[in-house]
Amino acid sequence: MALSYFVILLLALSAAGYVMGRRKALAAAGGDSRGLHSLLSFYGWNVALAAFLTGIVILALWALFGSTLAGSMSWLGGVAALVAAAGAFAVAYGAIAPDYRARNSVEAKVKGILIFCSSVAILTTLGIVLSMLFETGHFFSQYSWSHFFFGTEWTPRFSGNSELGMLPLLWGTLYVSLIALCVSVPIGLFAAIYLSEYATPGIRAVAKPAIEVLAGIPTIVYGLFALITVGPLLRDYFAGPLGIGDSSRSVMTAGLVMGIMLIPFVSSLSDDIINAVPQSLRDGSYGLGATRSETIKQVVVPAALPGIVGAVLLAASRAIGETMIVVLGAGAAAQLSLNPFDAMTTITVKIVSQLTGDTDFASPETLVAFALGITLFVLTLCLNILALYIVRKYREQYE
Amino acid sequence: MADISASPEGLPGAKSSLYAQSDRTRRRNAAETRFKYYGMGAVAIGVIALVCLLTSILSNGLSSFQQTFLRVEIFLDPAVVDPQGNRDPEEMAKVFTFGYQPLIKGSLEAQAQELAAGPAPEITPQLLAGMVSSAAPADLRDFVLANPDRVGETVEFNFLANARIDQYLKGRVTRESAALDSRVDVAQLNAADELVAIGQMQKRFNWDFIFGPDASENRPEAAGIGVALIGSAYMMLIVLVIAVPIGVGASIYLEEFAKKNWLTDIIEVNISNLAAVPSIVFGILGLAVFINFMHLPISSPLVGGLVLTLMTLPTIIIATRAALKSIPPSIRDAALGVGASKMQAVFHHVLPLAMPGILTGTIIGLAQALGETAPLLLIGMVAFVREYPDSILDPAVGLPVQVYNFTNRADPAFVERASGAIIVLLVFLVIMNLVAIILRRRFERRW
Amino acid sequence: MDDMRIVERQLDQQELKIKADNVQVYYGTSHAIKDVSVEIEDKTVTAFIGPSGCGKSTFLRCLNRMNDTIDICRVEGQILLDGENIYDKKVDPVQLRAKVGMVFQKPNPFPKSIYDNVAYGPRIHGLAKNKAELDEIVEKSLRRGAIWDEVKDRLDAPGTGLSGGQQQRLCIARAVATEPEVLLMDEPCSALDPIATAQVEELIDELRSNYSVVIVTHSMQQAARVSQKTAFFHLGNLVEFGETGQIFTNPVDSRTESYITGRIG
Repeated sequence: MALSYFVILLLALSAAGYVMGRRKALAAAGGDSRGLHSLLSFYGWNVALAAFLTGIVILALWALFGSTLAGSMSWLGGVAALVAAAGAFAVAYGAIAPDYRARNSVEAKVKGILIFCSSVAILTTLGIVLSMLFETGHFFSQYSWSHFFFGTEWTPRFSGNSELGMLPLLWGTLYVSLIALCVSVPIGLFAAIYLSEYATPGIRAVAKPAIEVLAGIPTIVYGLFALITVGPLLRDYFAGPLGIGDSSRSVMTAGLVMGIMLIPFVSSLSDDIINAVPQSLRDGSYGLGATRSETIKQVVVPAALPGIVGAVLLAASRAIGETMIVVLGAGAAAQLSLNPFDAMTTITVKIVSQLTGDTDFASPETLVAFALGITLFVLTLCLNILALYIVRKYREQYE
Repeated sequence: MADISASPEGLPGAKSSLYAQSDRTRRRNAAETRFKYYGMGAVAIGVIALVCLLTSILSNGLSSFQQTFLRVEIFLDPAVVDPQGNRDPEEMAKVFTFGYQPLIKGSLEAQAQELAAGPAPEITPQLLAGMVSSAAPADLRDFVLANPDRVGETVEFNFLANARIDQYLKGRVTRESAALDSRVDVAQLNAADELVAIGQMQKRFNWDFIFGPDASENRPEAAGIGVALIGSAYMMLIVLVIAVPIGVGASIYLEEFAKKNWLTDIIEVNISNLAAVPSIVFGILGLAVFINFMHLPISSPLVGGLVLTLMTLPTIIIATRAALKSIPPSIRDAALGVGASKMQAVFHHVLPLAMPGILTGTIIGLAQALGETAPLLLIGMVAFVREYPDSILDPAVGLPVQVYNFTNRADPAFVERASGAIIVLLVFLVIMNLVAIILRRRFERRW
Repeated sequence: MDDMRIVERQLDQQELKIKADNVQVYYGTSHAIKDVSVEIEDKTVTAFIGPSGCGKSTFLRCLNRMNDTIDICRVEGQILLDGENIYDKKVDPVQLRAKVGMVFQKPNPFPKSIYDNVAYGPRIHGLAKNKAELDEIVEKSLRRGAIWDEVKDRLDAPGTGLSGGQQQRLCIARAVATEPEVLLMDEPCSALDPIATAQVEELIDELRSNYSVVIVTHSMQQAARVSQKTAFFHLGNLVEFGETGQIFTNPVDSRTESYITGRIG
């Protein structure tokens, strides 16, 4: 790739800048570096950074937008970058004098780099929002938004004329998440309470890491677990004999496994929150003759309630955005059903299937994935902001 | 305060002995015990879930590191494998895989007759031929091209047994299931038992599973995760090279330099939200920006690495900021006090002291990136790739995506492969987390 | 300081409420309380004084087994409440603490309404048959806590919204609500301003007519103002125990004298 050669040239230019800047500064001070305002190496760095930063910024801009502007002349940007870098080199080199504040100049440049680093997060969010808005706009120019948001049919066809109603997917998403929360919230909360209020140090030393290990396991592993173990088990020993379902992929399968995945998430958040309740409240309750469980139920949990609600919301946002477990565990049939042993599908599953198929990229069947994506993004974002706000308010209360 | 002098009214049981538990206390203590058991139950469920998960993966996957091979003596007929007769690998490569089939067929027939005459009377040539993997000719061709000097000799070669036989010997295909399966019959299973008994067929450690490339739908016995390992390694490298400097830079700015204003507030809220954005959204971003807009090559580790970089960045920033925050201000004051600039104080003193914490956070972020699947599906890394990628621009797959690929195939033998690939993935994750824990234990400082 | 009042104070002969014999307390390996024996009388205010870290709070927390909530804490010896050993295996600390209430250093109202704060104890111990009885207990307790007039119109307001002194009196009312026989107070005024302190001290004096009150304080003046009996602790030992007037005017032990005169502390 031509770009990498230009980067190498640029690095060489900067290295030369370092050596030459140093040399000139030393000469300007008459051979005694103590006569300079800054340490000798700062003069070198200043020239090197001036050249490198100028060049790399132009190269980066070229990499982003160049192909749309100039088409085949890919070397053009590289040359422009080198010329500009050489110019910056000359300016910085010319400025060297014994009383030139090279350190301040270098530090300003480094600070600029640091600011750029922190703006990457903003750029990412912007990129997410803009790219999805853009493609969603395309989608809605081809498909009615009211059909998308309120349609109850999801039947994409290769031939066109698809019904792309989101409601069955949203229902599947919420149903799976609900089951996952029903599993993870009580278990996670009780586990956190037990580990922080009851467990002996020995039990804590074993059980706490064991539960935390669950959080470090990739979701694809849970997905496989759902596919090869939990799904068949539920079908053969529960849904099948009761005659309420014959599919190993079901809302229940995905919900149960996702619930397991969320246990450590809920429990470690709750643990933090329960530990933030001041000891003096517990003492007050014990001092009145309350048992541990009465203290927990009537003093600690009510005091920690806002924080726990925040934790549950964060877990819900996780559940809604989870992909691999539902791809492997929930199935692909878009339907509005109440039976948890039916296969259903979710927003994330359909994003994957619409974007990994072989359909034409400009067709509504593909573009709908972006509309689903932005729905998912907005949904989780609202939950996250709300949850973080509640948790922060809660923390302030006891600080 | 009129009634302040009134003596406390005697409540029923108020003067009772402490030694006797009242009914109510007994009930309350029972409730206490119940509550405690709920807690124990919850912890137990968590631990049991972990055990089940690991057992399921291990019991399904451990056997994938072993593979059944059939030992066959085969004469590498120069007339077939080297029609030109000059032992030049380039010339020999002109004989396609298809050309090796008769060679194998012939030697299997000879082998079958020999066995039928001696130790295993029930073996027929058809049975034997049906037990060998369809990947056999390709394997033989690779061997010949790698060792041209052995052409003309009779070599002992270990052919992969096909997946059904392999699964039978691992106890996953039963006679009942074989009876319903068109790709294997019970006679073959009997023959396999006999071959095992005389040592002609045996299970061996299968390096090709770890380092070999993927194989097509109907030869699960030959499928490996080598390409996925390289793809994941490339992506981890990219995450390391890009995410760590940017993450550390951003943390330094936010923690040490940024003034408290609306812009910093927005960045902070933004980072904590990005950390909670579903990973699949990053995949959509990667598809839209890196592939559709910047025209970077689809399925390449470069794009995968960039997407994972953006995804891990918040994790690394949050960990690094925590590490920087834990360095007491007195260190900064000391450096500033001897006339260092703020920048020097940070880079000479604060950053080195925060290094163990930063490293730990980085490793955890990398582990998270290594296990991530969903965003990679969207940027074309689900493709079937058999070629080892030479650079970050060649098509590749990642380890977790390879697992997903395996699960998507119809042949049940791929379940074993998927679980085996997960074991490899988990081994890497365990190592990374252990390193993180050791780092934290070794360098943790209490201020 | 009105030290003179102490000397003249009328001391009734009261019946014995708590008797501690050779109590030892260990935190892990450190020996926090060394062989303390003390007798605490009913309808009397007993003050524990001493320099910080002398073990006075630890000993106080032994009297209602609050130390049980600390894993590494171990208590030896016996403490008799009305002749019954509270460390006996048959004794349930939950029942014990209903009889021996406690007020803490920092006011710690629960994040609930004032009413629910006071009703908490009666509810968990099942002291009220119905809502009307509970209302009655709450009002009586708040009156005993000398805070009824200030909060009677806002019983539904959160207890955490009161001022520090009010919070502490609310906590006293909360402790009184379970009809205890003994009230333990662990530096109840250390987080309060002088005016609130005066109010609480006045309240303690009133509480004496119904309860045996044990108060830990680091303020000698406070001990002199509110107590009839004083125990001086030093380095985990009970150095001297006697009538407050005698301890402050004519201490037997030289360490007590040094502390009272401000040479150690």
